[in-house]
Amino acid sequence: MLKVTNLHVSYGGIKALRGININIEENKIVTLIGANGAGKSSTLRAIMNLVKKDQGRVEYDGEDLTNLKTMDIVKKGIALSPEGRRVFANLTVEENLILGAYTREDRGEIKKDMEKVYALFPRLKERSWQKAGTLSGGEQQMLAVGRALMVRPKVLMLDEPSLGLAPLLVKDIFDIIKEIHSQGNTILLVEQNAKKALEIADYGYVLETGELVLEGPGQELLNNERVKEAYLGEAK
Amino acid sequence: MNMSIQEFLQHMANGISLGSLYALIAIGYTMVYGILRLINFAHGDIFMLGTYLTFYGIIFTPIPWYIVFILAPALTGLLGLVLERLAYKPLRESPRITVLISAIGASFLLQNLGILVFGGRPKAFPTPAILEKVLNVGGVSIAIVNFVIPIVTVILLIGLNYVIQKTKTGMAMRALSKDYETASLMGININGIISITFFIGSFLAAMGGIMWGVKYPQLMPHMGVLPGLKCFIAAVIGGIGNITGAVLGGFILGLGEILLIAFLPTLTGYRDAFAFILLIVILLLKPTGLMGEKITEKV
Ligand SMILES: Nc1ncnc2c1ncn2[C@@H]1O[C@H](COP(=O)(O)OP(=O)(O)OP(=O)(O)O)[C@@H](O)[C@H]1O
Ligand SMILES: [Mg+2]
Repeated sequence: MLKVTNLHVSYGGIKALRGININIEENKIVTLIGANGAGKSSTLRAIMNLVKKDQGRVEYDGEDLTNLKTMDIVKKGIALSPEGRRVFANLTVEENLILGAYTREDRGEIKKDMEKVYALFPRLKERSWQKAGTLSGGEQQMLAVGRALMVRPKVLMLDEPSLGLAPLLVKDIFDIIKEIHSQGNTILLVEQNAKKALEIADYGYVLETGELVLEGPGQELLNNERVKEAYLGEAK
Repeated sequence: MNMSIQEFLQHMANGISLGSLYALIAIGYTMVYGILRLINFAHGDIFMLGTYLTFYGIIFTPIPWYIVFILAPALTGLLGLVLERLAYKPLRESPRITVLISAIGASFLLQNLGILVFGGRPKAFPTPAILEKVLNVGGVSIAIVNFVIPIVTVILLIGLNYVIQKTKTGMAMRALSKDYETASLMGININGIISITFFIGSFLAAMGGIMWGVKYPQLMPHMGVLPGLKCFIAAVIGGIGNITGAVLGGFILGLGEILLIAFLPTLTGYRDAFAFILLIVILLLKPTGLMGEKITEKV
C-alpha cells in the first residue's frame, strides 16, 4: 500500500540514496536495517518530504504523495516518529500527545486514543502534567512513540525507537510495537537492533551506503549468512 | 525632592499605563523572535501604521470610535501578516542576516511610505472626549485613560494567555518555537501558524499605538522608531522569546522611565537613554534576560 520507487536523495552533491524501492503491505511490519549512515533515516525523511528527492516516487493506496507537503502527507495517515525523540520539551506530556492528534477533529476518539497511549505507557500518565523536557530519556522515547500513535496513522514509521534505552525498556518497546501492529497498524521500523527488528518483522530490507542489497521475509534474513555476519554480530 | 503621596500616585498611574503599552508592543517582538528567531525591525512601524489607521478611521468614516479601536488593530494585524508574506517568507531558507536586512529595509519602506501617504506633517490624534476626562480620587487626579489603558491591557493579556496556553493553535506556536520539522510531522501548517503570530503581534502593537495616540496625541510617520526600539529592549530585558518576560520588561521600562523623571527631574533629558542603560545593566547581570531560559537540550 505504501510504495517507494527509485528514490534518490543527495546532500550537497553527495549521494545518500541511490534508487531505493520499498513496498509496504497493509498490516505488515516491515523493517529497514543497515549500518550507520546507510541512509535509513534519509529514506523515511524523504517519504515525509522533509528532504528533497532528486528522483523517485512515493505512492500510498495508489495516490501520489511525492510532492505533497509534509503536513498533507500526515493528513493522508502517514506518521513518522523521528530519530532522537524530538519531543517538544517546553510542552507538557499531555500537550505533546494532543499535538500528535493535531490534524484530527474527532474529539471523542482522540480522548480514547489518549487513554490507549496511557495504557501502553502508564509512566506517561503519571507524568501527564510534567514538561516533556524534564522526562528521562526513556520516557521521552515513549512519549515520541505515543505521540506518533495519536496521529492514528495508517502507516507508522519509527526511526530507532529503542535508541538509548535500557535493555529492559528495549524489550518493552518491541512488545509495544507488536501490540500496535496487532491493533491493525502498518509499521515501517528502522532499527540498529537488527536482530530484534527482524524477529518481529514480516519483511525486511537491508540498506548499504544508499542502496538496497538484500530483501526478504524477516525469518529468512535472520538466517542469511551475510546478514548474520554484518548485522547480527555472528561469525560464519 | 518633596513629593506628596498624591503626586506619587499620579506618577505611578502614568507609569503603569506607559508600561502597559510598552508591554503590548514588546509582545510582538518576542513572539516573532520565538518562532522565527528574527528581530522584526519593522514592528515599530506596524505600530505607527496602526495609529494612523485609527486616525483615519475616526476622522474619515462614520464608524464609532470604539469600533474603530478594534477594526484598525485587526486591519493592522492583516498588514503585519502581509509584511511577513512579502518580506520574510521568501527568505525562510536564507541566512538569518539576510532576513534581518530585509526587516530593516521593510522598516524604512514603511516609514517612507508613511511620509508619502500620510504626509510628513504631524497629525493630532482624535482622542474621544470621554477618555480625556480627569477623575479626582481622594485628591489624586488621574486621567481616565490611565485607568482604561491598564484595564484593556490586562484583558488583552488574559486573552493572549488563553490562546497560547489552551488552544491547539497556541500549542502549535509553542511547538514551532522549538522544532519546525517535528511540528510539521504533527501535520501543523507552519506558514499558517507564522501568519497567526504576525497577526497577533501586529494587532497588539496597534492597540499599543492607540494608547500611545491617546497619551501623546501627535502622529508622525517615524513615530514608531523610538517606541519600537524601547519595546525591543523591553523584550530583551524580559528574555526575548518569553511572553511573560516581555510584559515584565515593558512594565519595568515604562514605570522606570516615568519614576526617573519624577524623582530626578534634572535627568529628564536622559529619559530615552534610561532604557539603554537598564538594558546594559540587566544583560550584565543576567545575559538571558529576566525570564529567559538557558537553552539546554537532552541528548
Ligand atoms: N542533513 C544532511 N546533510 C548532509 N548529509 C547528510 C544529512 N543527513 C544525512 N546525511 C548523510 O547521508 C547519509 C545517510 O544518512 P542517514 O541519516 O540517512 O543514515 P542512517 O542510516 O539513518 O544512519 P544512522 O543509523 O546513523 O541513523 C550519511 O552519510 C549522512 O552523513
Ligand atoms: Mg538514522
